[in-house]
Amino acid sequence: MEQKTQDHAILADKFNKDIPRVDWHDKTLWFIREKRDKAAWQITEWEELREAASQIKNNVLDNLHDYLLEFEKQAQQNGVTVHWAADAEEHNRIVHAIIKEHGVTDIVKSKSMLTEECHLNEYLQQQGITVVDTDLGERIVQLAGEPPSHIVLPCIHWKKEEIGELFHQHLGTPKGNADPQFLTAAAREHLRQRFMTSRLAITGVNFAVAETGEIVVCTNEGNADLGVQLAEVHIACMGIEKIIPQRKHLGIFLRLLARSATGQPVTTYSSHFRKPRPGQTMHIVLVDNGRSARLQQESFRNALKCIRCGACMNTCPVYRRSGGHSYHYAIAGPIGSILAPGLDMKQHADLPFASTLCGSCSNVCPVKINIHEQLYEWRQVLVKNGHVSPAKKAGISGMAAVLSRPGIYKFSGAVGRWFMKYIPALVNNKLNPWYKQREMPAVPKQSFNEWYRENRKQNGKQS
Amino acid sequence: MKVALFVPCYVDQFYPQVAVATLELLEKLGVDVTYPDSQTCCGQPMANSGFEHLTHGCNDNFVNNFSGYDYIVCPSGSCTLHVKDHLHATNETAAGAIRKRVYELTEFLTDVLKVENLTSHFQHKVGLHQSCHGQRGLKISQMSELVSPPFSKTEKLLHMVKGLELIKLSRTDECCGFGGTFCVAEEAVSVKMGIDRVADHIAHGANYITGNDMSCLMHLEGILRRQQSPVKVIHIAEILNAAE
Repeated sequence: MEQKTQDHAILADKFNKDIPRVDWHDKTLWFIREKRDKAAWQITEWEELREAASQIKNNVLDNLHDYLLEFEKQAQQNGVTVHWAADAEEHNRIVHAIIKEHGVTDIVKSKSMLTEECHLNEYLQQQGITVVDTDLGERIVQLAGEPPSHIVLPCIHWKKEEIGELFHQHLGTPKGNADPQFLTAAAREHLRQRFMTSRLAITGVNFAVAETGEIVVCTNEGNADLGVQLAEVHIACMGIEKIIPQRKHLGIFLRLLARSATGQPVTTYSSHFRKPRPGQTMHIVLVDNGRSARLQQESFRNALKCIRCGACMNTCPVYRRSGGHSYHYAIAGPIGSILAPGLDMKQHADLPFASTLCGSCSNVCPVKINIHEQLYEWRQVLVKNGHVSPAKKAGISGMAAVLSRPGIYKFSGAVGRWFMKYIPALVNNKLNPWYKQREMPAVPKQSFNEWYRENRKQNGKQS
Repeated sequence: MKVALFVPCYVDQFYPQVAVATLELLEKLGVDVTYPDSQTCCGQPMANSGFEHLTHGCNDNFVNNFSGYDYIVCPSGSCTLHVKDHLHATNETAAGAIRKRVYELTEFLTDVLKVENLTSHFQHKVGLHQSCHGQRGLKISQMSELVSPPFSKTEKLLHMVKGLELIKLSRTDECCGFGGTFCVAEEAVSVKMGIDRVADHIAHGANYITGNDMSCLMHLEGILRRQQSPVKVIHIAEILNAAE
């Protein structure tokens, strides 16, 4: 369980203390959203592709039990050892046991949001294992001692000058050198040594094909392949929802994934791992961690369709202006805000409210998750379960009482407008968050209701 | 055709001219409009805050006011969408009928009245703010995320207004950051979103920012006035009703 520090609004407020950085963050991610649009428009059947992907994932969720058993059987026939983990803790224990069994202390790991969700790195470090994240962005945030701020672009909140300084401190690059090509070369050299010496590699899984028992890992850097090909042991960690029924379905998802994520037609590497090469050991850890519980929740189950493309983050006007860390969960943005409360309502009760419900996330989602509708539903569930401040509860209850009674509504409207007009300091003050950076609306001399009585009712129009 | 005018509570209290313009416009177009006098609110402020279970009183009052009409027309996409998606009441049959008959003003004009001409005149450069609930919820216009042919019911109507020059925006349908209680609960992000939206309109030369939802425009107006900008907000009903 994560230690919650502060809620989204407070962290977002801090992020907004540096407006040029907010502007830069917003524009960088909007640029990726635009790249995604251009890539999508190249495919005339884009909307049909989304629908097909959505239907396949619906089928997977409806038949998950059978597909998982089929996948396990096929993988075992391929010579892979399959493990089942009920939760994050069990997952971490299984991975550590395999590492220990092989007497390894230094490992490499390619990108895996599941291991972020399970806090595997922290766990292994406590056991004396050194983990090196080999995705460049992940390595940068790892050196900085931070979690990723985005599931596809882990260090999108870092500027190149800051990365130059970080590399200067950790990798000994010359101070002041912020040339991206130079820094990438330095990271390559640094990571090569780790690849060459690591006997065990962990990867994530983008898709697991039930029909063949193979897993598919998508990267742009080839770091998953380098790790696995040079290691004696390969551990692939996946959530149980990563299953797709057949190989032929891969085409649909691979066409959608990279276009949605970064606007590329396809990731540079789409690597299939089916069986260990001679002399190698291969393990797959299938993790539940709340997924089968979610599967039973009608309103929230289809969040399990997510393929972790990050398109909802890039398009989200709130994410772009609050930064990934303001979500204080491994998966930020709109999708994180509907996943996190499923794991721990109390810790993440603020996240479904970190949205205007604009709906852009649901429209870019390649598997058509109704993200904004689930945000609305989570709000209802959170309040019903008592995860709401007493002040807010009192305020909304008062509002509901007034709005249920037309007489009281008209009376309090008139009183409120009178006070705003004649004692504006009552609302135009520091305690009113609206007034901090916005003017209050001017007070009209009468409400529409009053106007209507004066101007229409005497003309014979009665309601 | 009997039409009921549904006036959002904040329009009733703070922007009565928008409701007046809506009423006059519909009357000009020959519609028999009634304003049910005991209406208050659609319940959205409570529901979006997670308190849908406290909206029964509000919903019953809504159903009492709006039953028995052929159409219910509202100058707000957001309130209309809320009624369409979430109105449930003691009299569920009546609530169901209302959910089917409620229309946002511009979609009522284009889809029901099938308006092809207007006599309005508005000699200004205008930026259109596409409010999210009307656009993505009611599908008043095409959404930039989808690979689908463009259309816009709102723009179609604005093109009928003489003298009006509609400006282009860099981001055609980015949220303004109002978001109901979001505007105060997430004050920093809400204001930043509003500032960015306003900047897009100003950079493209707008003298007025219009839209289907006064709530978004109220938020943008608050920012414009704080900036002491000469740019004004105006609800689309006021433009469509503007005299020759």
